[in-house]
Amino acid sequence: MKEPSTQPLVGFFVTCLADLYRPEVAFASIKLLELAGCRVEVPSQQTCCGQPAFNSGDNKNAAALAKQTIAAFADYEYVVGPSGSCIGMLHHYPELFEERDPWKQRALDLKARAFEITSFLVDVRDFTQIQSRFQGQVTYHDSCSGLRELKIKQQPRQLLAQIPGLTLTEMEDAETCCGFGGTFCVKYPDISNRMVSNKAESVHQTGAELLLGGDLGCLLNMAGKLSREGRRVAVRHVVEILADEFAQPALGQAADASLAYPA
Amino acid sequence: MSRADIFASIQRGLGRRQASAAERAAVEQRLNAKAPNLIPARGQLSGEALQQLFISMAQEASAEIIELTRIQEVPQAAALWLQEKGIEELVLASDPELQALDWSSTQGVLRREGVAQAGDLASLTLAFAGIAETGTLMLYSHPDSPTSLNFLPDNHLLILRRVDLVGVYEEAWNKLRTQVGENWPRTVNMITGPSRSADIEQKLQMGAHGPRRLVIFLID
Amino acid sequence: MQIRSPEFKQNARIALTDVGLQKALGNVKTGFPDKRAKAVARMPEFDALRDQARDLKNHILQHLDLYLEIFEANVIKQGGQVHWCRTAEDARQTILRLCQEAGAKTVTKGKSMVSEEINLNAHLEAHGIQPVETDLGEYILQLRGDHPSHIIAPAIHLNLEDVSETFHQHHHKPKSMDAAVLMQEARETLREKFVVADVGITGANFLVAETGSTLIVTNEGNGDLTQTLPKTHIVVSSIEKVVPTLEDMSLFLRLLARSATGQEFTVYNTLSSGTKRLGDQDGPEAFHVVLVDNGRSDMLGGELQEMLRCIRCAACMNHCPVYGAIGGHAYGWVYPGPMGSVLTPQMIGIEQAALLPNASTFCGKCEEVCPVRIPLPKLMRHWRKNEFERHLTPQAARWGLGIWAFFAKRPSLYRLLSRISNLSLRSLAGKKQRIEKLPFGQAWTQMRDMPAPSGKTFMQQWQARNKTGHNS
Repeated sequence: MKEPSTQPLVGFFVTCLADLYRPEVAFASIKLLELAGCRVEVPSQQTCCGQPAFNSGDNKNAAALAKQTIAAFADYEYVVGPSGSCIGMLHHYPELFEERDPWKQRALDLKARAFEITSFLVDVRDFTQIQSRFQGQVTYHDSCSGLRELKIKQQPRQLLAQIPGLTLTEMEDAETCCGFGGTFCVKYPDISNRMVSNKAESVHQTGAELLLGGDLGCLLNMAGKLSREGRRVAVRHVVEILADEFAQPALGQAADASLAYPA
Repeated sequence: MSRADIFASIQRGLGRRQASAAERAAVEQRLNAKAPNLIPARGQLSGEALQQLFISMAQEASAEIIELTRIQEVPQAAALWLQEKGIEELVLASDPELQALDWSSTQGVLRREGVAQAGDLASLTLAFAGIAETGTLMLYSHPDSPTSLNFLPDNHLLILRRVDLVGVYEEAWNKLRTQVGENWPRTVNMITGPSRSADIEQKLQMGAHGPRRLVIFLID
Repeated sequence: MQIRSPEFKQNARIALTDVGLQKALGNVKTGFPDKRAKAVARMPEFDALRDQARDLKNHILQHLDLYLEIFEANVIKQGGQVHWCRTAEDARQTILRLCQEAGAKTVTKGKSMVSEEINLNAHLEAHGIQPVETDLGEYILQLRGDHPSHIIAPAIHLNLEDVSETFHQHHHKPKSMDAAVLMQEARETLREKFVVADVGITGANFLVAETGSTLIVTNEGNGDLTQTLPKTHIVVSSIEKVVPTLEDMSLFLRLLARSATGQEFTVYNTLSSGTKRLGDQDGPEAFHVVLVDNGRSDMLGGELQEMLRCIRCAACMNHCPVYGAIGGHAYGWVYPGPMGSVLTPQMIGIEQAALLPNASTFCGKCEEVCPVRIPLPKLMRHWRKNEFERHLTPQAARWGLGIWAFFAKRPSLYRLLSRISNLSLRSLAGKKQRIEKLPFGQAWTQMRDMPAPSGKTFMQQWQARNKTGHNS
């Protein structure tokens, strides 16, 4: 890899769910990247990382989307996104190409530059300037892809620890899957439901008022379950708290309900 | 037919017909070298520390340890243990060392030699080695050491010499190779504590099919 | 065993509402993962041992024919015989013939998943030979006409009440709710069987080429009584279990118990080498090793080869949240959980097992705990790819994927699709900011709400901002 620059140019990988459901997550991530001294651009030729195709065995479409993503981010020193799952998919790209295919090398090159946001801030930028006015008790769900494919465990915790008003209470089985699993949750809804029910119970047991995590898929799943069960736990992506951007209602909460959660 | 089919299928999978000379050499080399793989630090001890590790691991596996000095003390210690449990019989391995002992202190205990029968309450055998890393005993079958004695009786009493303590499995295998030479025994038993099962609701119960109690007389 | 894998979804649904099963499954976690974690913490070299075990298995598989030849030669040297069985049918026939040649009426059995795989018991029974399972869990299941739901804790799907009732019916003794009493009953009943059995059949965890030995690990001692007392000992095992030396076996043994039950070592590790020696007072007079292939050699050289490293510790299922939710029977065949979702399609055909490799969130926990580092999610994905290529993926899913991919490959159309979806979801949610019933999304909203998008898509907002002069 090239010598890291002081103000690296980062291509921001929005991810489908942040684009569709939670633009705040993308804005908060960009804010954090800029605070960490990066110049940020959002390439317009990006769409989906291709994971739905890859995990369904449709390697042809997965490879097509991999090429599209590789090309869209060819000119950036780093690729950063707010999801361990989608960035994890970028790390799978080399598997999609034969050894002699020139795309293989490009995929490996992308993999070396692609980081999940909290991992990028801690592992690459050594960022310690989190400024957040958040006050309260939170718990953290370790999303599987980030945890096991990208080894993200301490990074979000290190960043959260910089917030004076925040207390982190770990839940039982924080590393156990929430049952989202992309298409799994609609293909096997009953099993998925059991898993997310277990998770909702673990979250509830901590007494935390806010559940944080690094992947919107899991967060939507857990927020949906917590809300259906009438549990008074709000759900947010971790970057919203880290970037001091939590004025807007939490996931799936109506504007007035957010008043219950102090800013 | 099946044999040829299986080998053909394996070789098809490996993308070759007969193995190359280099592949054969690699296999020969591995079999001859009998080289140890990574050996955990835990078992690399000697002297008192080794003995203490063996004792604590065996006890953790629910074996009972009775420390003695001489083998001559075993008959009395065994008699005492059996008396406490209200057991009045003992089947011995047909070992000359056991035969040579003075058993007069075990009056009231019916002694027999040879294989175990269903319903036997206690046996006494000699262990070939003790492996400290997990508190494991090694025994092997030979004319003086029937295997059924290790499994059929309700209580298994063993004699283990401190000099026969080793740190890790690999040392025990080498010790066995030296002992038996070309005459590899029919069976080698590694025993770590008494029989148990957790097949009902994952709750551990002692004494499933093998001995309910395992008693080790540790001697010099 | 009847194959019920095609009904996986239905099986799972029933399992989730089975109160008794759900209670029993609660024992998995306390029984296994917690204990494994403690054992691993006590062994600082554990991960290094896993690396070595992976590499050693790879070496063995690359030289599998050679090690098997040497194993066979040494079994013969010790007075035993090796029987090679390409298919499950071959194996059933071979074992039946050996039992008949021994004049067997009663056969005691140690726990063997390969014997389940080849459906041995039914075959012996059909030919007038009574197999008696002696592992406590297997014994309970045999009395109930049931099958293992787990590869090392076969009766984990049952509760004390179930065992109590079964024993009461079969042992004709007062009903007891004390597990110790129940085990004692089984001990007494089976003791008689051990003594009268003509043949003892056990599995093998490892086959040692150096000495021509087979090794079994048990905690109960049933495997030892099974092989010590009858005149004939038949070992049924599979070709990938061969290891070069006793040193190599020791490496795997350090991993096996810790990964499986969290024990430092299994109570009985028993090496069997041929027949009773001259002067021996007990032990079998005939020793047969029945080596089963049943699709394994076909896995060599391909992506599935890594699965042949498996040492059957069950750590993958013990830690699998899907297994933990539905138990082993839902998978519909012999091998459940992640390892089963890779092996079963190979053994019964992907057409019948198509749902299994899909029944994973790819959370990766199985790979994380596997002692020989099998990339189980990758191997399940291999089957998904195979299904997709062979058009076994459900048509609706294929179409959905096709339409989605069409858009995803065209960024400006994809933006449009996102905008439309975003708008529709927001209008469905209204001010509540959540959707309680989503058309075409029942699978989601039946169980949970769907949070609504918080505003326009990011791309819309980003473009708007940049037009008004925000940096780009």
